Amino acid sequence: MSSPREAVANGAAGAAVLAASLGCFALGVLAVAGDGWKAVAGLLTFYRPTGPLSGVSTVAILVWLATWFTGNRLWRGKTVALGKVSVAAFVLLALGLLLTFPPFEDLLLGK
Amino acid sequence: MQMTWREIVTAVHGMLFGGFFLMACFGVLVLLHRSLAAHGGSEVKEHGRRRERIFLILMVLLGWAAVLSGAYVVYPWYRAAVPPGVTNLEMYPQRLLMSDPHTAGWHTLGMEWKEHVAWMAPMLMTMVAWVMMKYEDGSEEHRRLRAMVGGFALAAFLAGGVAAEFGAWINKKAPVTGGRVITLSQDGK
Repeated sequence: MSSPREAVANGAAGAAVLAASLGCFALGVLAVAGDGWKAVAGLLTFYRPTGPLSGVSTVAILVWLATWFTGNRLWRGKTVALGKVSVAAFVLLALGLLLTFPPFEDLLLGK
Repeated sequence: MQMTWREIVTAVHGMLFGGFFLMACFGVLVLLHRSLAAHGGSEVKEHGRRRERIFLILMVLLGWAAVLSGAYVVYPWYRAAVPPGVTNLEMYPQRLLMSDPHTAGWHTLGMEWKEHVAWMAPMLMTMVAWVMMKYEDGSEEHRRLRAMVGGFALAAFLAGGVAAEFGAWINKKAPVTGGRVITLSQDGK
């Protein structure tokens, strides 16, 4: 994933951007799963007073941090095609945002 | 003039943490715009960079304080289950909203969206702050990187704005209240 016109190592930035978007996408997927299936909602209830939101947010944060850590180790000091990375990140972010929007969520779940 | 403990905590969550976080997000958008428009003409000096770093770290802390206090302190009060036999729903905002079809949407759309989308703002702004601190010089490549994260900063600002706006409206329709009563001043003084 290298681009000849970029001289400065931008891999760490690419990893950070992609990981944050992946975290947002995971949040959207987990929000839908938690709302759609009671068993999943039960599994995601890490703290009873907060309900499934506690698990949805915690798992999404773990996905974000784990992919950031891994991506940073893989891409640090390297040059990546930032255009492709940012397009992929924006798509993931847009999907994450869409999945958290209740009317779209209801449409997906057939409610 | 009195407030309950839960009202004070809700105000700290929304107006202090959330409100200042959103203002800081807007500040980041301005900073990014300025650094992109400068075209290498106005290099920020080291003490200026240090101040920017402190500002960015404070912004990130405010964002996380807002979502954590919301999810783990205020939200449990909002969604508390109504004990059997209780008919006055004033202390149970979610149930109060859902009891009337004219207000149910504030929960089914407003809170259901807000409770999830809000988390995206600190996640994204943590990334934005990190990139801004790591790639902070005036070189073309660093400017390109800051331009890229500008879009994510805008998305975070909008996500935080949705959460804040719905939070304010929901708390107006069915306020989180209860707990110890704290007197702020006597006899209207």
